[in-house]
Amino acid sequence: MALPIWLFILASVIKSAIVLGVLLTAVAYTVWLERKVVGHMQNRWGPTRVGPFGLLQPAADGIKFLFKEDLTPPHVYKPLFIAAPLIAVVFALTSISVIPFGNAVMIGGYSIPLQITTDVNTGLLLILGVTSIGVYGVALAGWSSNNKYSLLGGLRASAQMVSYEISLGLSLVGVLIMSGSFSLRTIVDAQGGHFWGFIPRWNIFHGQVIGFFCYLMAAYAETNRIPFDLPEAETELVAGYHTEYSAMKFAMFFMAEYANMITVACLATLLFFGGWHGPLFGPTILQEILPVFWFVAKVFVFLFLYIWVRGTLPRFRYDQLMAFGWKFLLPLALANLIATAIAVAW
Amino acid sequence: MNVHLILFLAFGAVCVAGAVNLLAQRHPINGALSLIAVMAALAGEYLLLGAEFVAAVQVIVYAGAIMVLFVFTIMLLNAGVEERTKGSRVAILFGIPGLLLGGILLGWVVLRHSGTEAVAAGALPGDPNTIGQLLFHEFLLPFEITSVLILIAIMGAVVLASKPPSAPARRVED
Repeated sequence: MALPIWLFILASVIKSAIVLGVLLTAVAYTVWLERKVVGHMQNRWGPTRVGPFGLLQPAADGIKFLFKEDLTPPHVYKPLFIAAPLIAVVFALTSISVIPFGNAVMIGGYSIPLQITTDVNTGLLLILGVTSIGVYGVALAGWSSNNKYSLLGGLRASAQMVSYEISLGLSLVGVLIMSGSFSLRTIVDAQGGHFWGFIPRWNIFHGQVIGFFCYLMAAYAETNRIPFDLPEAETELVAGYHTEYSAMKFAMFFMAEYANMITVACLATLLFFGGWHGPLFGPTILQEILPVFWFVAKVFVFLFLYIWVRGTLPRFRYDQLMAFGWKFLLPLALANLIATAIAVAW
Repeated sequence: MNVHLILFLAFGAVCVAGAVNLLAQRHPINGALSLIAVMAALAGEYLLLGAEFVAAVQVIVYAGAIMVLFVFTIMLLNAGVEERTKGSRVAILFGIPGLLLGGILLGWVVLRHSGTEAVAAGALPGDPNTIGQLLFHEFLLPFEITSVLILIAIMGAVVLASKPPSAPARRVED
């Protein structure tokens, strides 16, 4: 039964508020998790002072960001200097809107999908489009700061993102061929069921291992994370594109980076790891909640992997980064695409 | 007035404002950013027509890839503010009346043929399936020829960018 228009708008507003609230909290606690995990990997404790296990540290950090002096250096190009962090954070938060978190729930006879928008049949393309616009935040920040380190960071970021976007797109085409749709919900639905009764029918077990590898590498590069964090390589560029930023503007770049990480983790879950599919058991209420739980658990695993990689790997050199992207990842993604196409056509 | 019409006018206004701003701005990076706004607004118009795939591709390819390269080039060359020369003043002198004339001509043509039916929003199929069928069945040959054309363009760019073949390096023999 379709919703009347005012109920639809009301449901959308409520869903947006909930998802944004959860997302921003997740961003704050991913930062906490990163500090904690990397700390333990380096034989330190990480944050411990504010609250039990340092759990209130994100709140303390937020307050600090709000009350710090917001410096604008005199030599910057002001309109773009202010707009750049806004662009970064707005597009990072927008991409979450088409991601489905679970099946529809029935409330008062109406079926409400667990997703901010209704299921659009080009959902995946919309995410790619929105994230590809997010580059401007970093590029313009670097340029408008009028500082050589920032400019180099911005240039590196745009070159890196344009290069790896091709591999990112190609690595996803294998999944698209197998499910025959751009709709994220259809892609997840195609991954239900099991092989031989026990191996889940996720795309990763369905011949997309190389596709997943390419996606993961390209996505790490797109989010500027170690080992691909050349745009903000502190040993050579001070802090890269956000050298001149302070207080809340700096925090916006930080939020954008972690929100992008979460989007990447969500997409990896949806496309390769069966989304919200997982073992269901127990009473009806538990069966309603479990899919969302499985989804969040898988996203958490990917976020942990991000942090693990950061704690483990050193940074690439710039020529290695470009050679890896163009000479290794791109041919690999193409080969995966051709192999998948032949296998499906067989 | 329904929502479609309001959205159409809003996107159209952004589009025209962006285009005018592109001409008026004197710094190349502001011009490039206005062009991005135009592209994004155009994608919105495509979306209103029900062409979701074209809208998404418009954003990914034009706003997300081609314009990034534009901005990249502007940043790399550190292009300064545009200079007003005698030529550019003459261009303004003749360009604006020419633009007006062209606009009037276009309006006249449109008004003359206003009897033809406008395409209703969402009347044409624009989902990825239909476009894929069209591209790979009906228009396969033009599609493949376009890809060859792009390949030639890429090869041309590689030839232009590569260093000219230098004389074989002289061996330094002691």
